[in-house]
Amino acid sequence: MDSIDASIVNHLQDGLPVCPRPFDAVAENLGLSVDELLSRLQRLLDDKALTRFGPMYNAESMGGALSLCAMQVPAERYDDVAGLVNAFPEVAHNYEREHLLNMWFVIATERPQQAGAVISQIEQATGCRVYDMPKQQEFYVGLKLVV
Amino acid sequence: MVLNEQDRELIAAIQGGLLLVAEPYAAIAAQLGLTETQVIARLQLLQETGLIKRMGVVVKHRALGYRANAMVVWDIPDAEVERIGALLADETCVTLCYQRPRRLPAWPYNLFCMIHGRERDSVLRRLEQIIEFHGLEKIPHTVLFSGRSFKQRGAHYVDKARLPAVVRRSHG
Repeated sequence: MDSIDASIVNHLQDGLPVCPRPFDAVAENLGLSVDELLSRLQRLLDDKALTRFGPMYNAESMGGALSLCAMQVPAERYDDVAGLVNAFPEVAHNYEREHLLNMWFVIATERPQQAGAVISQIEQATGCRVYDMPKQQEFYVGLKLVV
Repeated sequence: MVLNEQDRELIAAIQGGLLLVAEPYAAIAAQLGLTETQVIARLQLLQETGLIKRMGVVVKHRALGYRANAMVVWDIPDAEVERIGALLADETCVTLCYQRPRRLPAWPYNLFCMIHGRERDSVLRRLEQIIEFHGLEKIPHTVLFSGRSFKQRGAHYVDKARLPAVVRRSHG
């Protein structure tokens, strides 16, 4: 990633306008042609530095639910349990973390009442208790990842 | 607002990402049998009503060199969560800040911050500065660095089965 890529990433995190040619203004700001901007973006996607160009949803407004969940998984079963948990399509992220509660994942469901069922199924499949910690309040941080 | 069937099709069609072309909304419109103007009008409405926060890119912190991803959790007296949550969220290195329920006795923490940094040491140094600057020495906290990442994707809100075939294929 060079300095042009870095400024592209910084510019695009603020979002793109919803208009017929959404990349034109960013390209002009960066002094690039639209074609060059798009080919650099495609390369960043191919390199997996970016996951996709698309909408950031507000889960609650969509009627859906997101919950952060944690489990205490015995070390010798860790990989097996990770496989079982990740097999659920509702599991969006899964991180190993250094704590007694050592597996942390996010459950995203289209409707809030589905979350409880998914959690029960994960507990049944893994034999581990799931501690779910849905967001009660979000403090606004703004967009400030500077590459 | 209430989503109609057309909205759901539109959301399903774009949730995995839009094509990187000069006129991406025309491309989606062609796929759905709509006009570009219809797609743009509906997306603008979804954005105005807050269902879509913004259209943009999802950055993978690790791929950008932010390898130290620390979840810093605090056990803050309930009456002080508002004040301290706002202070922490204002810090430049804090990328997420949420109040969540405690799960006693296993989990006493009620405020969660994500701090991304290039190295663990720099994240911890920055955290010490924050604690000192805001006088948080008496608030119990712990730092959970991430180890392996098993799955990282945006949340999908519409069943995959409902996606148009052309989109479903691109997701395997």
